[in-house]
Amino acid sequence: MTQTEIAPMAAGSPDRLTGLKTFWHYFSVNRGAVIGLFVFILLVLAALFAPLLAPYAPDIQDKTAFLRPPAWQEGGSTQYLLGTDPVGRDILSRLLYGARFSLLIGAVVVTLALTGGITLGLLAGYFRGWVDVAIMRVMDLILAFPSLLLALVLVTILGPGLFNAMLAIALVLQPHFARLVRAAVMAEKSREYVVAAKVAGAGHLRLMLATILPNCLAPLIVQGTLSFSNAILEAAALGFLGLGAQPPTPEWGTMLASAREFILRAWWVVTFPGLAILITVLAINLIGDGLRDALDPKLRRS
Amino acid sequence: MLRYLLNKIALLIPTLVGITICAFAFVRLLPGDPILAMAGEHGVAPARYEELKQQFGYNLPIWEQYARYVGEVATGDFGVSISSKRPVLEEFKTLFPATLELSFFAMIFAMVIGIPAGIFAAVKRGSWFDQSLMGTALVGYSMPIFWWGLLLIIFFSGYLGWTPVSGRIGLQFFFKPITGFMTLDSLLHGKWDAFRSALSHLVLPAIVLGTIPLAVIARQTRSAMLEVLGEDYVRTARAKGLSGARVIGVHALRNALIPVVTTIGLQVGTLLAGAILTETIFAWPGIGKWMVDSIFKRDYVVVQSGLLLIALIVMAVNLIVDVLYAVINPRIRAA
Repeated sequence: MTQTEIAPMAAGSPDRLTGLKTFWHYFSVNRGAVIGLFVFILLVLAALFAPLLAPYAPDIQDKTAFLRPPAWQEGGSTQYLLGTDPVGRDILSRLLYGARFSLLIGAVVVTLALTGGITLGLLAGYFRGWVDVAIMRVMDLILAFPSLLLALVLVTILGPGLFNAMLAIALVLQPHFARLVRAAVMAEKSREYVVAAKVAGAGHLRLMLATILPNCLAPLIVQGTLSFSNAILEAAALGFLGLGAQPPTPEWGTMLASAREFILRAWWVVTFPGLAILITVLAINLIGDGLRDALDPKLRRS
Repeated sequence: MLRYLLNKIALLIPTLVGITICAFAFVRLLPGDPILAMAGEHGVAPARYEELKQQFGYNLPIWEQYARYVGEVATGDFGVSISSKRPVLEEFKTLFPATLELSFFAMIFAMVIGIPAGIFAAVKRGSWFDQSLMGTALVGYSMPIFWWGLLLIIFFSGYLGWTPVSGRIGLQFFFKPITGFMTLDSLLHGKWDAFRSALSHLVLPAIVLGTIPLAVIARQTRSAMLEVLGEDYVRTARAKGLSGARVIGVHALRNALIPVVTTIGLQVGTLLAGAILTETIFAWPGIGKWMVDSIFKRDYVVVQSGLLLIALIVMAVNLIVDVLYAVINPRIRAA
């Protein structure tokens, strides 16, 4: 058993390398995607090293500096580069710490949605029949509601908070994965290599997870990227409505919500958190576009 | 065609049942006792509690409760709002036109700009216009619209002082609603200044709500157009010596619009989700703000029925889109 597993891997490793190379070749043709990737790496670094980079702790209040404008504007100082919020916290520091929450939200939501979607999609596409009907009807049902509305209602049931918001968003995004996997499994299931594996005696679990699933990965990766940015947007929207992360968490949407009443007096408290959301989401969407170009052979032009 | 339609409707029945189950389950899934949850912060006396339990049927077995709920909903009884004491359906009817008006103008905004821009980008593929349009579309698609709304308020309402910050119309104007569309009603009453006020209130929310659909429509139009421009019949039309404008405007566009129509239809769910945020920012009195306010007021009767009504609307619109699609594209009907 172990031998049959080692053999194809050893033979496949140079193959995989050239695979990666062609992937990078097609990915790097898309200039936007490379920029997106670069920005995303910067964001990850900012999130990881927030305690080192941030000039202040995210929740420390300077009672002498409420609503201080950013450094380049009159009244601002280099002490607070991007200004301070209504209770005297440094906006730059809060934004840096906020990157942690946004990336965490994206990662957790995509992991949850991916796991759920792959499981349900595999079951539905592999077994068909009533399993398929039951699962896909539930997926249709979830998609019948506008996503944000359903997330709102779920958070109302679960109670406001960052973790519950992530759960709700994962549930709302999950049907897209289930549909994708199901369609891919149905397309792959009757291919020769699957039949061959079946004849060779592979069980259901092995057929589903080891034989079929790796061949459905490309669309899943693209969808995963898009869901990552969607999750960040929806979590920020929930935070903005007051049902996501709760203050004083430096989550970007929550920061926007507490800045709302000051919009006409202090543009910077509103502008920077939103800009952070936009840049993050845009970078991830750029990567997603590049991935689609690189992974989808139909769109690839030689 | 009739068979296609009936088939489509039959497929919706499980979803319909599912939606009612969701709405039914919502109140029962809330943490704590549903009657106490409905009563709000003040609570109820024990005698009144029993009375309410009887009245709402919480003492019945669960499937009987569900049957009862479906019976009520089917006869148009969506309960009475806890906070306003008005029937939910009545509130919905007064608020829905506001959302409809906002969505309608948002869609108009998205289509009027998105479709021509997409066509032009496809025709001039690879040009600076194409590249900058696609770049802008991606930014629009990535936009946190609640922030976008705030930015527009800062600039147009705060800095320039051109538009009001919130609401649907100036408070000094009052007239009987005819269509429920403020812009249309003010015209029907012949009040020009009221029309101007309604329009200035509408501009920013419509732009905010229309931004994501605009980006999606522009991208979709461009790619649909690109696909069609490579088809044989377009080449034939060119070879016949028809003018470029005619080939693009008639031969290509007609076929490219089919997927665009579907995209527009599919934006309805996005639009309603966006309306929740847009209406909250601009204090626009529609169903999105109504839902959010009700969640905060713990008015769960409204949340439950609002959820049901909104899902029904999305479902109905999707059905209409499917049918329209089949009307434009006979190939679908046969499948």
